[in-house]
Amino acid sequence: MLKRSLFHFGRFIQWVPQILSRPENFRMYWRETMRQMEQIGLGSFLIVFLISIFIGAVTAVQFAYQLTGFTIPRYYVGYIVRDMTLIEMAPTITCLVLAGKVGSNIAAEIGGMQQKEHVAAMEIMGVNTSSFLVLPRLIACIVMVPILVCIASIVSMIGAYLGSVPTGMFTSDEFIRGLRAFFDSYHVVMMLVKALVFGIVLCLVSCYQGYYVKNGSVELGKSSTQAVVISNILILLSDYLIAVLLT
Amino acid sequence: MIRIENIKKSFGEKEVLKGLNLEFHKGKNNLIIGRSGAGKTVLLKILVGLLQPTSGTVWYDDVDFTKLGKRDLREVRMKVGMLFQGSALFDSMTVAENIRFPMDMFSTKTKKEKDMRVDLCLERVELEGANDKYPGELSGGMQKRVGIARSIVLEPKYLFCDEPNSGLDPKTSLVIDQLISSITVENNITTVINTHDMNSVMEIGDNIALLSDGHAVWQGNKAEVLTTENQTLQDFIFASPFLLKLRDSFVKD
Ligand SMILES: Nc1ncnc2c1ncn2[C@@H]1O[C@H](COP(=O)(O)OP(=O)(O)OP(=O)(O)O)[C@@H](O)[C@H]1O
Ligand SMILES: [Mg+2]
Repeated sequence: MLKRSLFHFGRFIQWVPQILSRPENFRMYWRETMRQMEQIGLGSFLIVFLISIFIGAVTAVQFAYQLTGFTIPRYYVGYIVRDMTLIEMAPTITCLVLAGKVGSNIAAEIGGMQQKEHVAAMEIMGVNTSSFLVLPRLIACIVMVPILVCIASIVSMIGAYLGSVPTGMFTSDEFIRGLRAFFDSYHVVMMLVKALVFGIVLCLVSCYQGYYVKNGSVELGKSSTQAVVISNILILLSDYLIAVLLT
Repeated sequence: MIRIENIKKSFGEKEVLKGLNLEFHKGKNNLIIGRSGAGKTVLLKILVGLLQPTSGTVWYDDVDFTKLGKRDLREVRMKVGMLFQGSALFDSMTVAENIRFPMDMFSTKTKKEKDMRVDLCLERVELEGANDKYPGELSGGMQKRVGIARSIVLEPKYLFCDEPNSGLDPKTSLVIDQLISSITVENNITTVINTHDMNSVMEIGDNIALLSDGHAVWQGNKAEVLTTENQTLQDFIFASPFLLKLRDSFVKD
């Protein structure tokens, strides 16, 4: 197990410089990047939206419940929801979901191309396939994942509002006062750092899993599952590390 | 010209190629024949650098191909076309996009010039008008021809074909063989073809190498095949009683 992880880690480290080498044709890379942005960004919008609405609503309701009986001002709920969302919920939950959706898709797509010898065919043409298949996806993730996370954070707060105010838990004024209280823009920076790191992690892990798939449809399924599982573990691990480093 | 020196390849314990020395000539159809599992595909993959040999050297004219760095390797590869055993067409692109792909990647041609080149290549493989079809909509033989069109679009100096006519009927096989052969002669390129199809051997075999048990046990041309004394080659070619009879009547005449 440890030996296998070390093997993968070593191969991964050797692989990265090839991804980052100079593109042979900027136009093709640009076109591919645009396609990936559309697929990763627009393609994930709906699920991110839905999940964020509910996460926001649940956070608000849960906190309102937990705080009953304490002598804490009620508007604090808005404040707690905001910071919870920014620091933890929006980046982490969104990226765990994206690892499932985008990550498995990337691994299956590249893995399928590898198995059907499309990758070999490109190599023979002289294409640097490590770069051509990974770099556009990496750029797309670097751009789109933080955007999706920002959207998620806003939608979550709207969800919190919709989940608590109409049911009469507190008034609209109280909630909004809470949202605006003690605002620290550093939390937004933290959110963006997390989104960026998680995006890179889930993209590279999934691309690696697809690119080095073995033959057979069982292996293709395995690599796409592995992509999700390993991305999730590494996202949570880096979540912890970022929390330690940035607070 | 391509020359290989003492090529060996093992997978774990299993030694598939045990020291091959062969030459593949320019403007000729160089055939590699041998039983299934003899190592033809492995050899072809070594020739194009998809596999590393355990030891030995591959010479492209006077360049040692096995010692090239990634960047130089890609430089050589732009002069290489390859037809895969399963065609390996990009299935989410149309036929025209498939053929354009190498040009989009590497050539500075204008869009119009590229379109013309695509049409020309399609015409060359007799698939005019198939531009907007997807590979999934084509028959196996047509896919092979699109594969050929794609592999010649950048005017390669070396062409590799892995079993270009496996799974095709004899007549379509013949069309494909003749297509590859005429492209080879017209453009004076070095073509290496893997096959176990005897019709191909007798039709286009300018320079034939027989692989058996990891060695090249025989090398010659199609005329020499008929008169060979080599037992392995005889066993391979005249595998059926029908063919044996045919040869006997042939040799008597
Ligand atoms: N990646 C690999 N790992 C282990 N063994 C392999 C690998 N590739 C090929 N082999 C072995 O090498 C031998 C030669 O295989 P190869 O595919 O070259 O045969 P072939 O001559 O092309 O046969 P066919 O005519 O059926 O295509 C086989 O015994 C195969 O088991
Ligand atoms: Mg083969």
